[in-house]
Amino acid sequence: MKVYVNGESKDLSGTSSLAELITQLDLPAARIAIELNREVVRRNDWGSTMLQDDDRIEIVHFVGGG
Amino acid sequence: MSTAATAATSKDKLNIAGRAFSSRLIIGTGKYRSYDQMRSAHDASGAEMVTVAVRRVPLDRSSESFLDHLNPSLHILPNTAGCYTAEDAIRTARLAREALQTDLVKLEVIGDQTTLFPDNEQTLEAARVLVKEGFVVLPYFNDDLIMAKKLLDAGCAAIMPLAAPIGSGLGVQNPANLRIMREQLPDATMIVDAGVGTASDAAIAMELGADGVLMNTAIAAAEDPAQMATAMKLAIEAGRLAYLAGRMPKRLYASASSPLQGVIK
Repeated sequence: MKVYVNGESKDLSGTSSLAELITQLDLPAARIAIELNREVVRRNDWGSTMLQDDDRIEIVHFVGGG
Repeated sequence: MSTAATAATSKDKLNIAGRAFSSRLIIGTGKYRSYDQMRSAHDASGAEMVTVAVRRVPLDRSSESFLDHLNPSLHILPNTAGCYTAEDAIRTARLAREALQTDLVKLEVIGDQTTLFPDNEQTLEAARVLVKEGFVVLPYFNDDLIMAKKLLDAGCAAIMPLAAPIGSGLGVQNPANLRIMREQLPDATMIVDAGVGTASDAAIAMELGADGVLMNTAIAAAEDPAQMATAMKLAIEAGRLAYLAGRMPKRLYASASSPLQGVIK
């Protein structure tokens, strides 16, 4: 299955949830947010949200700004 | 500061959507040369709220959490910087709310890369949607009274007119517009956002009746950011006190301060 994470294509083996994707990418789960196909997915739903081919995922955090 | 002035300012708060802040300075977290430098500037400024930007997490390297470098007592105001459409600003605000569990957002929809002037039309469109979704919207916009009225009608918690282009350090370019907004919208919370360069600029904004000033580059790009942060803190307090004190009327000709009678012959 191929999905796009922050604009990069990623091949995932088998079906996986958003929570599994975060683990696979080795991202810190604190104070990040995720959009799946332009809709925010609440943190509590990461485990139950299954990914599908061609899904577009945005994972954001915070940086310095004005 | 005299006891009377201290007493006056301790009761004089910046009010944003029912939340009271003792400091009228909101500062950014961008462009500092180190985390230590940012933190010492934040501490020196006395600011209680800082802005942060929302960006994609890098996937190719581990990134520490930027937020861990902020004093935990600070309120965090996420911005929608870098967005050029209402839709992207709305998406960014929603992501920020999910990650930070805050309803505050500094709404910024840019219209042009060179000037970073706001796209007022897109800003208003985004503000309407975000207010309906329960956000406390603090919009950056061109210093225009009619736009200010529309943003307030849309339910924005404050209006944040620019003093000059973002990062320019030019200071208040159109004092008349700020004065007009202050006079016509006496109950609105007006925070001058962007373009301040040094302490006198911040004082001028406050003397014109701003309720607060939001700045980033003026502090971060100073040779000594912590010292400039202290200067800004004092300038904002001075400007506020001067505004409350009510300045003397300007006159073209001199008016002697010493009695004209009794001069020796």
